[in-house]
Amino acid sequence: MSVDTETVRRIAHLARIAVKEEALEPMTGELNTILDWVEQLGEVNTEGVEPMTRVVDTQLRWRQDEVTDGGYPERVTKNAPDGDDGFFTVPKVVE
Amino acid sequence: MTELTKLTMAEARDGLKAKEFTSVELTQAHVEAIESARALNCFVTETAERALEQAKQSDERLQSGQAGPMEGLPVAIKDLFCTEGVQTTASSHILEGFVPQYESTVSANLWRDGAVMLGKTNLDEFAMGSSNETSFFGNVVNPYRRPGDETPLVPGGSSGGSSAAVAARLALGATGTDTGGSIRQPASFTGIVGIKPTYGRCSRWGIVAFASSLDQAGPMTRTVRDAAIMLGSMAGFDPKDSTCVDRPVPNYEASLTGDVRGLKIGVPKEYRLDGMPGEIEALWQKGINWLKAAGAEIVDVSLPHTKYALPAYYIVAPAEASSNLARYDGVKYGLREEGTDIADMYEKTRAAGFGAEVQRRVMIGTYVLSAGYYDAYYLKAQKVRSLIAGDFKKVFETVDAILTPTAPSAAFGAGEKSDDPLSMYLNDVFTVTGNLAGLPGISVPAGVDGQGLPLGLQVVGKPFDEEMVLKIADVIESAADPIAAPQEWWKA
Amino acid sequence: MSEATKSNLLQGVTGDWEVVVGMEIHAQVQSKAKLFSGASTEFGAEPNANVSLVDAAMPGMLPVINAYCVEQAVRTGLGLKAQINLRSIFDRKNYFYPDLPQGYQISQFKDPIVGEGEVIVDMPDGTSFTVGIERLHLEQDAGKSIHDLHPSKSYVDLNRSGIALMEIVSKPDIRSSEQAAAYLRKVRAIVRYLGTCDGNMEQGSMRADVNVSVRRPGDPLGTRCEMKNINSMRFVQQAIDYEAMRQIEIIEAGGTINQETRLFDSRNGETRTMRSKEEAHDYRYFPDPDLLPLEFDQAWVDEIASGLPELPDDKKARFIADMGLSPYDASVLVSDKSRAEFFEAVAEGRDAKLAANWVTGEFFGALNKNGTAIEDSPISAAQLGALVDLISDDTISGKIAKQVFEIMFETGEEPAKIVEDKGLKQVTDTGAIEAAVDEIIAANPDKVAEYKEKPKMFGWFVGQVMKVTQGKANPKAVNDILKAKLDG
Repeated sequence: MSVDTETVRRIAHLARIAVKEEALEPMTGELNTILDWVEQLGEVNTEGVEPMTRVVDTQLRWRQDEVTDGGYPERVTKNAPDGDDGFFTVPKVVE
Repeated sequence: MTELTKLTMAEARDGLKAKEFTSVELTQAHVEAIESARALNCFVTETAERALEQAKQSDERLQSGQAGPMEGLPVAIKDLFCTEGVQTTASSHILEGFVPQYESTVSANLWRDGAVMLGKTNLDEFAMGSSNETSFFGNVVNPYRRPGDETPLVPGGSSGGSSAAVAARLALGATGTDTGGSIRQPASFTGIVGIKPTYGRCSRWGIVAFASSLDQAGPMTRTVRDAAIMLGSMAGFDPKDSTCVDRPVPNYEASLTGDVRGLKIGVPKEYRLDGMPGEIEALWQKGINWLKAAGAEIVDVSLPHTKYALPAYYIVAPAEASSNLARYDGVKYGLREEGTDIADMYEKTRAAGFGAEVQRRVMIGTYVLSAGYYDAYYLKAQKVRSLIAGDFKKVFETVDAILTPTAPSAAFGAGEKSDDPLSMYLNDVFTVTGNLAGLPGISVPAGVDGQGLPLGLQVVGKPFDEEMVLKIADVIESAADPIAAPQEWWKA
Repeated sequence: MSEATKSNLLQGVTGDWEVVVGMEIHAQVQSKAKLFSGASTEFGAEPNANVSLVDAAMPGMLPVINAYCVEQAVRTGLGLKAQINLRSIFDRKNYFYPDLPQGYQISQFKDPIVGEGEVIVDMPDGTSFTVGIERLHLEQDAGKSIHDLHPSKSYVDLNRSGIALMEIVSKPDIRSSEQAAAYLRKVRAIVRYLGTCDGNMEQGSMRADVNVSVRRPGDPLGTRCEMKNINSMRFVQQAIDYEAMRQIEIIEAGGTINQETRLFDSRNGETRTMRSKEEAHDYRYFPDPDLLPLEFDQAWVDEIASGLPELPDDKKARFIADMGLSPYDASVLVSDKSRAEFFEAVAEGRDAKLAANWVTGEFFGALNKNGTAIEDSPISAAQLGALVDLISDDTISGKIAKQVFEIMFETGEEPAKIVEDKGLKQVTDTGAIEAAVDEIIAANPDKVAEYKEKPKMFGWFVGQVMKVTQGKANPKAVNDILKAKLDG
C-alpha cells in the first residue's frame, strides 16, 4: 500500500499542514519508505488477538460530579495569539 | 565551588543535611556550570534567579528541620513538562513563548519535596527523535567526544538536553520522558542512569503529550541511588490522570541491597541482532557475568515478537501524536501564521510551527488512522502490541527481570543519521518494547566502546517492580568500571 | 400499507413519494460539572469563564470522567428501553474547528454505552408508531463560534466545550415531518421525566441532526442529506418539509441527490449546502489513549433501573386503566412531565375525569392563549383542585366555574373567595327556583302555549330561569321543576 503525491496532498490537508508543491514528491518518498517498513507487521498472525486497550491492568477511575475547576477566563486566554473581550478570535468562519 | 557539581545527588543531600554547604552554594555552583556550558546547548530556558530563590527557601527549611526528601537539590526539567510561569516549548517553534498557567504534577512533586529548578532542558521537538537534532532551538552536544576528535556527538534523544546536562555536571539530575526509549537511550549515550518507570507510575498531567499510551516520565541521574531518590519524588498517584495508578510509592533507595542472589535474570535471544557491534555484544556478556558472579541465575528466554516492536511503535506513536498535536492550531496559544481563511491559517501555522520530523510523524499518523487504513495499520499494530505484552507476561512467569543492551550503538556524530529516518528509528530497537508493554526499564552505564564512549545496559522488570530493576542496576553499576566524567572541553 | 402511512405520502408531479427521516438528537446531560473536567456547566456565564485548562486543551491536560454523567446516560438508556453495554470505549473523533480546542472530540464510535432500544410515539390523531433507537453514546460538546461580532473574525467561547452530550441516534423509522416533531417531543419528555436533560431547545441543551431522504413507496432507501443542529420543533418540521420537496423536485427533474450536510436557514425556511462541510470528512476515530474502557456491572445498572421514575408510557397506561381517562386525554397529560405532575396534583382525591377535563380544557387553553409556561401558571394545582371540588359538591355549576376560572387566572385568587365575593354560589334551594319558574310561566302564557306544540321551547324556559337566577340555579333542579310545572 504505497501512497502517491495526491494521497500525500490529501493527508497533509487532513492534518492541516501546508506542504509546498515541490515538497510533495520527496515527502511521498519518505512516507513510502516508512510505510513499506511497517508493513512487515502483515507477517504476524493476529487472528483472534484483542487489540491492546489498556497498558496497565487497572480500571477507569470516575470522579464525582462537583464543580472544582474553571472560573479563571484570564488564565485560559492568557497565551492566545489573538483575542477580544474575553473571546479567542480567529479568521472568520463561513458556514 | 565547582567541586560541588561533582557530587552525586545522594552526596549532595547528605552534605546539605550535615550543613557542609548550603543549597544556595550548591545551586550557585550549578548555575555557574550552566553558564559556562552554553556550547552544549542543554537548556532552552535557564532559570538561575528562580533557582537561587528556591535554594534560599530550601536553606531555611533545612535550617528549621522541615526539609523534604530532595530539599535544596538543583535539578533540570525537560522542556516538555509544563512549568507555571516559565516558558514551556517542547522545543517546538509552535509553542515558542508559551507560558503555562499550571505546573505539571511530576515537577510539582519535585518542588513539594524541596528540589530546585535550574532550567528547562532542550529535547527533540515534541520528544520525536533519538539524537536531539530535531529541536527548533538547535542541537544538543554530547559532553563526550571521541578521543582526539572534535566532531560533535549527539547526546541521544529525545531527552538529550537532560542527559547532556547531567553528564556534564550541570545538574544533579534531570527529568526525562520516555515514549520509545527517550530516557534510556540518551542515558546510555552520555554515561548516566535513566529509568522509565511502569506506565502509570508517574502522572502524565502537565507533560506535553507525544503518544499518550507510551509516554512516561522518569529521572536521569549519575547513579542508580540518585535515580531511586528522584523517582521516589516524581512517582505517585494523581487523580488528574486517568491512566495513573493508585498504589503507594515504595522507598526505592531501600531496594538497593546489593543482593541479587537467587534472582532469575532472563536474556532474550531475539535481542541478539544481526550485525550488532561486537562491543555491544561483549558488554552484554559482561553484564551477564557480573550478575552471575553476584549469585543471580541467568535464564535464556524468548520474546518472539520483538522484531515487530519497532514497526508497531511507528504506527501507534505517530497515530496518537497526530491527534495529540491537533491542538496546536494557532487559536489558543503558541504560534499563529495569518491566513486568508481559517483553514489557511491552520495550515500555515502548522507548516511553520512544526519541524520536518514532527510533520513526517503527523502525516504518517494521520494516514494510518484514515478511512480504509485503520484496520490494516493501527488495529493491526495494537494487536501486535498485545502479542508483545503477552511475550513479556509469559517470560515474567519464570524470571524476575530481563537484561539487554540499551541501544545498538554508542553516541554517533551529529548529522550522521538525520537524513535517514529509518536508521534513526532503529536506535530504539531495545527500548521500545518496554513502552509497548508498559514495563519499567532502566539504563545503567556499564562500560565504554572502543573509542571510550559510554555504553549502557538495560534491565526490564515486571509492572510496578521498579525496586527489582533498581536493585539489579545497582549491582551492575557496582560491578562495572566507573565511567570517567567528560573532559570539560566546552569551558572556553 | 396502512391508511396512516398512506396519508404521509407526498405528492410529486410524477406520483407519490415517501419521506424517510432518521434523527440524531444531542441532549446535554444535566450535571453540575463537565464530562471530563470539573468546570461548571451553567448556561450564560461570561466568555471562557466556565472553562478549565482541560476544556481549553492546554498542553498536557488530561480527561477524567464524571461518574454522574455515566449514570445519566445509563438512566436515559433505560428510559429508551435500550440495551445497556457494560463495557464501552471512548474514541477520539478528529477534525479541526476553532470551537474544538483539542482538535478532536472525545466520543464513542464502535462501542457506545447504550445499544438498541425503542420509543413509542403518539400522534395527535390518536395513532401511535414506534421509532427504533440505534444507539446512545456519550460525547463532549464543542464550544461556540460567534460569527457576527466582527466583520472579519469569528469569536470563540469555550464555555460549552466539554459539557456531556448524549447523542441519541434513531433508526430511519420516521415518515413525515409531523412524526419527526412528535418523536423529538417524546424523547424530550422522556429525558425530562428522567431528569437527565432539561430539553431546553432555545438554550441549545437539546438539538437535532435530521437525515432526510425520499423514495417511491416500497423502494430501497434513497440518498440522504443531513441537516445539523436544528434547535426547535418547528424548524425540524420546516427543514424536513423543505428538504423532502427539494429532493423530490431534483429527482423528478432527472437529477440525483448528493449525500451532503446542509444548513437549515431558519430565516427563510430553506436548506443549503454548508460551505465549511463541503470536503469529505475523515474523522480518524481511534480509542482515546488517555482513557481506559468504561466498565460497570449489571448490579449498578439494576440499582439505577430500580430508581427510575414512572415514564410517560407507563403513566399513560395508568391514567387510562386506573383513572378512567380517555387515551387522548392521557397522552396529552403525560406528554410533558410538569403537565402530568400538575394533573396528578389536581386529580389527587378527586374525580379524575373531571380533573382531566379541567386541566386539558380550560387550564391548558388559558396557558396556550397567554403563552404562559406551566411553571409560571398563576393558578396552582391546589387552587384548580379546589375549583373542581366546588363543582363536585354542587357549590357552583360548571358554567359558573368557567367564570370563576377566568378570574382565578387573572388574579390568582382562591376560587372559594371568588365565589363568595361575587355571590356565585349555586342556588339549589328548590323553593327559590320554583318561585322563579312560577313567575316566568305566569308572565309568558303565549310561550307556554307554544311549548305544548313545540317541546323544543323547553330550552327557552331554562334560559329564562338561569337569567333570573344569574346562572346560579342548579341546572338539574331547574330542569326537574320546569318539566313538572310545564307538563304537569
